[in-house]
Amino acid sequence: MKKFERFEGVVAPLDRANVDTDLIIPKQFLKSIKRTGFGVNLFDELRYLDEGQPGQDCSQRPLNPDFVLNQPRFKGAEVLLARRNFGCGSSREHAPWALEDFGFKVVIAPSFADIFYNNSFKNGILLITFPEDVIDRLFAEVDANEGYQLDVDLENQRVITPSGEILEFEVDEFRKHCLLEGLDDIGLTLKDEDAIRAFEQKHKAARPWLFRQSA
Amino acid sequence: MSGQTLYDKLWNQHLVKQRDDGTALIYIDRQLLHEVTSPQAFEGLRLANRKPWRLDANLATPDHNVPTTIKERAEGNSGIKDPVSLIQVQTLDDNCLEYGIEEFKINDPRQGIVHVVGPEQGATLPGMTVVCGDSHTATHGAFGALAHGIGTSEVEHVMATQCLLAQKMKNMQVRVEGELGLGVTAKDVVLAIIGKIGTAGGTGYAIEFAGSAIASLSMEGRMTVCNMAIEAGARVGLIAVDDTTIDYLGKRPFAPTAEQWEAAVADWRNLVSDDDAQFDKVVTLQAEEIEPQVSWGTSPEMVTGISGQVPDPSAALDETVQRSHTRALEYMGLHANQKITDIKLDKIFIGSCTNSRIEDLREAAKVAKGKKVADSIKLAMVVPGSGLVKRQAEAEGLDKIFIEAGFEWREPGCSMCLAMNADKLGAGEHCASTSNRNFEGRQGYGGRTHLVSPAMAAAAAIAGHFVDVRSLPANDATHAQEA
Repeated sequence: MKKFERFEGVVAPLDRANVDTDLIIPKQFLKSIKRTGFGVNLFDELRYLDEGQPGQDCSQRPLNPDFVLNQPRFKGAEVLLARRNFGCGSSREHAPWALEDFGFKVVIAPSFADIFYNNSFKNGILLITFPEDVIDRLFAEVDANEGYQLDVDLENQRVITPSGEILEFEVDEFRKHCLLEGLDDIGLTLKDEDAIRAFEQKHKAARPWLFRQSA
Repeated sequence: MSGQTLYDKLWNQHLVKQRDDGTALIYIDRQLLHEVTSPQAFEGLRLANRKPWRLDANLATPDHNVPTTIKERAEGNSGIKDPVSLIQVQTLDDNCLEYGIEEFKINDPRQGIVHVVGPEQGATLPGMTVVCGDSHTATHGAFGALAHGIGTSEVEHVMATQCLLAQKMKNMQVRVEGELGLGVTAKDVVLAIIGKIGTAGGTGYAIEFAGSAIASLSMEGRMTVCNMAIEAGARVGLIAVDDTTIDYLGKRPFAPTAEQWEAAVADWRNLVSDDDAQFDKVVTLQAEEIEPQVSWGTSPEMVTGISGQVPDPSAALDETVQRSHTRALEYMGLHANQKITDIKLDKIFIGSCTNSRIEDLREAAKVAKGKKVADSIKLAMVVPGSGLVKRQAEAEGLDKIFIEAGFEWREPGCSMCLAMNADKLGAGEHCASTSNRNFEGRQGYGGRTHLVSPAMAAAAAIAGHFVDVRSLPANDATHAQEA
């Protein structure tokens, strides 16, 4: 995982509540056995006017001109501004893979679904939660100012608007650390290998029925 | 000091290490694998030169991509016409072979939807932690197991370390008190709960379902309820262990036997919330007030009773909700104040990890018996949850009832719940579906899903539009809670 560094990025607004992971990446693209290449199909059903197929050349497909990511002013956006309960539904990690592959580094919303929240941090995407009134204000500012950018500073847990306003956010320490250092969870967990083995022995002695002879 | 909730107990029994930063390592007893969310996890292991920590904790079966037509299934993997789907199923087979993980392959009679197979085999036991790269893993909580859906990075993490990095959730109790009316099923209960608390109502919580109406449900019904906890935002749904749980598990292939069975049962009896346990939130519903439910929109919270109507978006108090409702009606091709019973259907889908177990098929068959699917219905299909469910249904003659009524009787898999295989809706088609998600495009590009119980789906198939299953003649009416 790449280290998460402070950056200033264009903000794209997706003004819709309960954006589910089916909408982020429709099921036909889940057939891939790779982790990469999902970006061209991010929000496929909103973004294109036809039905997408895996492996298709998307440059030839008709774009939906009304969809926010197709508008020139949001080209190259790295911050997605969204509404409540973003990422609900299926556990597919293809959703953050698609967001990341498209170029998003940050999603800002009033709330996120739990599984999506975990999956995003494991792929280097920072999710920031602000109260509804702050989100409303950001939507209005993005709408009013072409080229609107936010300065995202994870180290100091703050977002700085073009007018210099500082918005502080919460993020748990462990996730922050992993993002800033670009750390792999598995390597960290395996440092506790002895603790896991000790627990396993005790667990097996107490509840042997949870362990089955290998078939 | 107050007592512990069921969730607290399960958490404490599996806590390997609590870190100072609030995260914890939780030991995982069972991991279920399917073809869609595992290939990248196996690839990750391979690249890092890691081995699975404990092979016997894993059990795999392909379900999302498998064809359900009898002819194609007879050909095994080569019956999968879509080359991309074929690669995914083949990759699961190859990975399981390479690492030595037990797999029920495409034509094994034990194959099926992971969330049907686990419990059916006794591979899901009370007191276990169960994970799967699938959000409907909450299903297994019906057994007093701590089960939740995880992403692919977590699948890899569990394979490599037998642990999950987790943060403790808050405790919510949803009580359903009283007695369910005739024709009102577990599906209606859970849809009513989601309608009440919303699709984010359970975010950050483990939900324990309790109360007399929940206790009276069969294991199949309990699985239906826990299955859809995620549709209320909760990764975890739970129901306390009782005689119903223990009776279901006796003699299942993976369940303990002899003295171990006795010891296990004694241990499982403790898997209930203590009387003085404190919940962070409690929600109560009255069973008598729940009628058969039908979703009208594009989120499971957009649901109402069969006697209800499609809401008027302008009546919503919140602007975001107004916009969501307007957009949903547009997508669904419905208008404000339209009666639910006036919604006409094109297709009927009875299946999915929510409602494809034997009891579900029995309920639907009771309604379909001696009737014919309406001419206006283009396709009505019944997809059993596993090969063993299919076999049981055939032994009871349910397949004949469905076929005579004009339903297609299929082979097990996820099928049209998410339409990764060939079973899907066409644009604009309305479907009465026993599945769990009515999101835009979920069952096919432009498809319009209405979530209902198996009995309601069967009744809609016969009538061509939604009808109140309770209004059918007495000899046909479903006696859900008797099954």
